[in-house]
Amino acid sequence: MAVEAQELNSATPHGVSRRGFLLKLGFALNVVAASLVGIPVIGYVFSTFRAKDIKSWINLGALETFPENETRLATYRNPYTRPWDGVTADIPCWVRRIEGEKFQVFAINCTHLGCPVRWFKESHLFMCPCHGGAFYEDGSHASGPPPRGLYEYDYKVENGKLLVKGGQLPTLSQPL
Amino acid sequence: MLRRIAFWIDDRVHLGKLYASTAGHTVPRNAESWFYVFGSGTLLCFVLQVVTGICLALVYAPTASEAYTSLEYLNYQQQLGWLLRAMHNWGSIFMVAIMILHLTQVFLFGAFKYRRGMAWISGVVLLLCTLGMAFTGQILRFDQDAYWGLGIGAAMMGRVPVIGPALVQLMLAGPIIAGETLSRFFTLHVFVIPGTIIALVSLHLRLVLTKGINEYPVPGKQVLKETYEQEYESLLKKDGVPFFPKAISKDLVFSGIVMLGILGCALYFGPEGPHGVPDPTQINTVPKPDFFFLWLYAVLALLPDYLETILILTVPVIIIGLLFALPFISGTGEKSARRRPVAVLIVILIFVSVGTLNYLGTYSPWSPKMSAWSAEATPFKYIEGRTPLERQGALVLQSKQCRNCHSLDGSGGLRGPALDGVAMRLTGDQMTRQVIQGGGNMPAYGKNLTPSEVAALVAFMKTLRGPNEPPARDSTSPGQPAPRQEKVAQATP
Repeated sequence: MAVEAQELNSATPHGVSRRGFLLKLGFALNVVAASLVGIPVIGYVFSTFRAKDIKSWINLGALETFPENETRLATYRNPYTRPWDGVTADIPCWVRRIEGEKFQVFAINCTHLGCPVRWFKESHLFMCPCHGGAFYEDGSHASGPPPRGLYEYDYKVENGKLLVKGGQLPTLSQPL
Repeated sequence: MLRRIAFWIDDRVHLGKLYASTAGHTVPRNAESWFYVFGSGTLLCFVLQVVTGICLALVYAPTASEAYTSLEYLNYQQQLGWLLRAMHNWGSIFMVAIMILHLTQVFLFGAFKYRRGMAWISGVVLLLCTLGMAFTGQILRFDQDAYWGLGIGAAMMGRVPVIGPALVQLMLAGPIIAGETLSRFFTLHVFVIPGTIIALVSLHLRLVLTKGINEYPVPGKQVLKETYEQEYESLLKKDGVPFFPKAISKDLVFSGIVMLGILGCALYFGPEGPHGVPDPTQINTVPKPDFFFLWLYAVLALLPDYLETILILTVPVIIIGLLFALPFISGTGEKSARRRPVAVLIVILIFVSVGTLNYLGTYSPWSPKMSAWSAEATPFKYIEGRTPLERQGALVLQSKQCRNCHSLDGSGGLRGPALDGVAMRLTGDQMTRQVIQGGGNMPAYGKNLTPSEVAALVAFMKTLRGPNEPPARDSTSPGQPAPRQEKVAQATP
């Protein structure tokens, strides 16, 4: 056995032994093969890491469905949906029509930790059920743990319809 | 004949050696204690969870559109599906509870000290994996709590600086909750984390076997690196018994109790939910986590907003860092809890605070009661005998959602103080200021109430005091004369 070890470890007078060469070849080949297998797998898993801004313009309905000086709930189908989403892809948002074509469209997610906020028209307040955050009619922070006012969608009015740019969950580091 | 078969098998499978180093290994006789049963209890719960989980996975459909339906199918149509769901839920509750008992016992008995540090560290990673299973498992019960719970988890991830958005996209499998999100959690819950747990439990058990089970701590007997190994070896030689069959009896009894407990709770309480279809447009929902995370729910509600991001990012790192560092900080010295007051105090502090936070989370007083303004009538005793203006004020109190946060006669929200005796605490001017400008956790109503509404509201609130109790007074107008001077003169010699 000592002889075998010697054969394995020492170079012969003419260069590396066959065993030593095969060992080095095995390592090298496996490094190459592992990277060829691994890179696509990692790319697959982290494909969402590099997803670019995929927000798109979504039609929320005709202007007439939003009376002036009122805040109404509107829903739209998530543009990032998958065929097996079911009702989970229906996203709500609060549409406040100030006057004419001036709007504020708020995301449903509270800026504290994302629970759905509820509008109360008598007191003109949005209240969040999870940790007691509250927002005024214009979305600014009223009380409680949320650190900022409600997230607002970019909107535009085209052909008498209200369109918003949506498709992303708003968070503090990436508001809409 | 049987002996020959046994030898044939043992020659090929070497079960005899395996038995000697596992079930039959020597333990100190005093390790046969009721306090030592929680480790095997946790493992038993894990095995039960795997078995019930496999059964559930035979029917459960992990897609956003069908998960809820398959859960209802399991509840109402699959034969004994309700029982499997209930056992899986109660198994998770028991597992987290027994694991916490195990952690506490190991900590208080000094079983993490010299030589056993790696077993402790692998245990900490197992703790994190188990909490990960609890969270991912909750999401798989895909209802409204799960949907918004995902949003909450993503919002927390989003607070991490620099890589926040990338983490959110990694967690949600995209920019927003969609079909792939649930599949990601399914993969984590069924493949990735259980595989990690199985690998780590094997390591954990191997460490327990090779380092030996901790001897029952004796007050005064300290652990010293130079002498511990020999002392332990000699203890084993002097007073060691094979684990099976001499020291396993209490573990067996506890295992039986745990299994019957899980089954009993499952039969009595039935399955949990699912609550509410995961339709985001159903916004009248109050998302709440399962019991293992209620303390976190309470913490996030009660922290002031300027502290939250810092604490969310640093406190978990500090706590986990301390847990990992424990064998290095306190690796030698006293083992018995009777000589380790700091350890005992830490355990009491953690249990009391987490327990209190958990209790608060069960009824979440900080959440406005969203329907109180229309569902809870003003108590009649606060209406009778009032003037029309005051009654109008009572109407304002109701219709402007004040009752969502304030209670009258025990009914209403708990976010703000009860208003039953508000006239004894605040004068009319103070009430007007509070209503118009807000303050603390109260929004400012100045823009949302007309001056006449404010006047009516304050008039009503000024009547809210007990019949014999005086109203609050402005401190600039004293109600009684100052005491006479002689008494003061008598006191000094």
